[in-house]
Amino acid sequence: MAGLRAFAATVSLSLLFALSPATAQSPPAAESIQIGLSTDAISITAGFSGADLTIFGSLENPDPLVSRQGRYDVVVVLEGPPRPVVVRRKDRVLGVWINLESETFENVPVSYSVATTRPLQDIADPTKYKQLSLGPQNLYMKPADETDSPATIEEFTAALRERKAATGLYSENVGGVQFLSQSLFRATVRLAPNIPVGTHKARAFLFKSGMFVKESSAQLEIRKSGFEQSIFRVAHDYSFLYGVFAVSLAMLTGWLGRLVFRKD
Amino acid sequence: MGIYLPIAEISVNVFVLLAMGAAVGFLSGMFGVGGGFLITPLLIFYNIPPAIAVATGANQVIASSFSGALSHMKRGTLDFKLGGVLLGGGIIGSTAGIYVFALLRRLGQLDLFISLLYVALLGTVGGLMLVESVNALRATRSGAAPVLKKSGQHNWIHRLPFKMRFRASKLFVSVIPVLGLGAAIGFLSSIMGVGGGFIMVPALIYLLKVPTNVVIGTSLFQIIFTSAYTTLVHATTNQTVDVILAFLLMAGGVAGAQYGAKAGQRLRGEQLRALLALLVLAVAIRLAIDLFATPPNPYSLSAAGLS
Repeated sequence: MAGLRAFAATVSLSLLFALSPATAQSPPAAESIQIGLSTDAISITAGFSGADLTIFGSLENPDPLVSRQGRYDVVVVLEGPPRPVVVRRKDRVLGVWINLESETFENVPVSYSVATTRPLQDIADPTKYKQLSLGPQNLYMKPADETDSPATIEEFTAALRERKAATGLYSENVGGVQFLSQSLFRATVRLAPNIPVGTHKARAFLFKSGMFVKESSAQLEIRKSGFEQSIFRVAHDYSFLYGVFAVSLAMLTGWLGRLVFRKD
Repeated sequence: MGIYLPIAEISVNVFVLLAMGAAVGFLSGMFGVGGGFLITPLLIFYNIPPAIAVATGANQVIASSFSGALSHMKRGTLDFKLGGVLLGGGIIGSTAGIYVFALLRRLGQLDLFISLLYVALLGTVGGLMLVESVNALRATRSGAAPVLKKSGQHNWIHRLPFKMRFRASKLFVSVIPVLGLGAAIGFLSSIMGVGGGFIMVPALIYLLKVPTNVVIGTSLFQIIFTSAYTTLVHATTNQTVDVILAFLLMAGGVAGAQYGAKAGQRLRGEQLRALLALLVLAVAIRLAIDLFATPPNPYSLSAAGLS
C-alpha cells in the first residue's frame, strides 16, 4: 500500500509582530495600524482539516484615554484570491429539479475569514462597512451582467454569501481580535479545510469610536505541499502525459491483479 | 483513514474507497460486467463531483476490463477483428461524447444529464433483464426446457450493405450496425464513465447474433480501448481524472473480482441475471429519487470561465 502514510494536519506557522519603536519626541501623531507576518507563505499538507491562523499587530500612537475606554476596534480579514463565480438556482420542471436561473459574479474572494474585537454591528454602522466592502455580509459582489434586475442580483448575492458561509469559506470570529496591551493585539482567523491555494491578503482595519481610521495589509501565499499537490500540478500542466500515466497505471493494475489472483 | 484526493480536492476515507472497489469488483466478477455503471453512481453518492466520478470511473474500468480480456485472449474467446471495428465506432462516439460533456458542464446541466441518462438506461436494461430472468426462472421451475435462441436466424440488421466476415465469431454481417453500436457505447462511456458492457453484451447477442462465448471477451477488448481513450481525452480537456481515487478503486476491484467470479460459479445463470437486474434497478431508483426530491438547497456555486 504505497501512499498510505500518516497525514498530520500540520500547518507550519510562525508569525511575528512588528512593533515599531516608540517615537516620543514629536507631538500627537495620527493613529495607524500595522500587522506583520513572519512568513509570507504557508504550506498545508494533504490531511489538512482546517486551522486557526494567528496574526499579531500593533496600533501606532494610540491615544491612552481612548484605549482605556475600549473605543479602539480592530477588524482583521484574511481574503482569498478573487475568482469569477456562477450561482445557479434549481427549479422544478415537470417534477425534475433543473438548474435554470444563474448569475455570474466577478472577482468574488474564494474565501473570506474575519476576526473582530466586537460584533461588527457594534463597531460601526452598516453604511461604513458597505463603503469599505468589509465583512461577509457587506462585501461587494460585482455582477458580470449589471443589466439584470436588482431583485435578481440581490437574491443571488444573498445565496452566494449563504453558500460560502455554509461551506465554511466565509466565516466571522467575533472576539477573535484581543488587545494584549494598549497597542499590541492578536487576531485569530479561521482557515477552512477547503481553503483555496493562491495569494491571500491579510488586512487590518482600525476603528476609533465607530469611525474608520486606517487600514494595513500584508500578503500571504497559501500552497498545498507534497505528493498530492505535485499530482494536481502535473494533471494541469502536462495533462496528456498524465492521461497516459493514468491509463498505464490501470493496465498495470489489471495485469498484476490477474497475476496475483489468477485462477486459470 | 483519511486521504486527500488531489483532483477531486476533498478528503475521503481510504477504506470506504477500497471497500467500494472490492464490492463492485465482486459484483463485476460475479456477473461479468465492468462495473463502471455501479462505480460512478456510488462515487456521486459519496460526494465526489460527478465530472470527476465519470472520468475516474472510465479510468477504473480499464483495469477490470484489461484483466478480464487477458483471460479471454488466453482461452481464444476474443474476436480481434470484430473488436477492432467496434473500436473504430467507439472512438467516434467518445469524441462526440466528450464534446457534449464539456458543453453541458459549461451550461451547468452536466449533473442533470448524467443522472437522467443513468436513470433511463439502468431502468430500461434492469427492467428488461428482470422480466427475462424471472420468466426463465419460472420456466425452469415448471420443468420446461429453456428456449434457446438459434444462431443463424436473420433479422433486418443482416440485410444491410457493406458486409464483412468475422471468422472467430462465425459472422458475416454489415459493418454499419457494428460501427453504430461501437459509437453508441463510446458516447455513453465518455458521458457516463461506464465501459458499456451491460449494453454491449445483450446487443451483440441479440442484435448481431454473435456466439455468447465470444461476446464477453470481445466486448471487454473494445471497452479497454474506448475507456482508455475516454480517460485520455478527459484528462487533457477537462482535467477530471483523479489517479489516486482510480487506483484505490482498482486495487479493491481486482481483488474483489476474483472472489466474485468464484461466488458466481455457484449460482445459476438466470438467478445471476435476476440478481443483477435487481441491483441495476436499485441504482436507477436511487438516482431517480435524487432527481425528483426537493434539494436541501436550490442554489449551487461553480467556478465561472472554466469549461
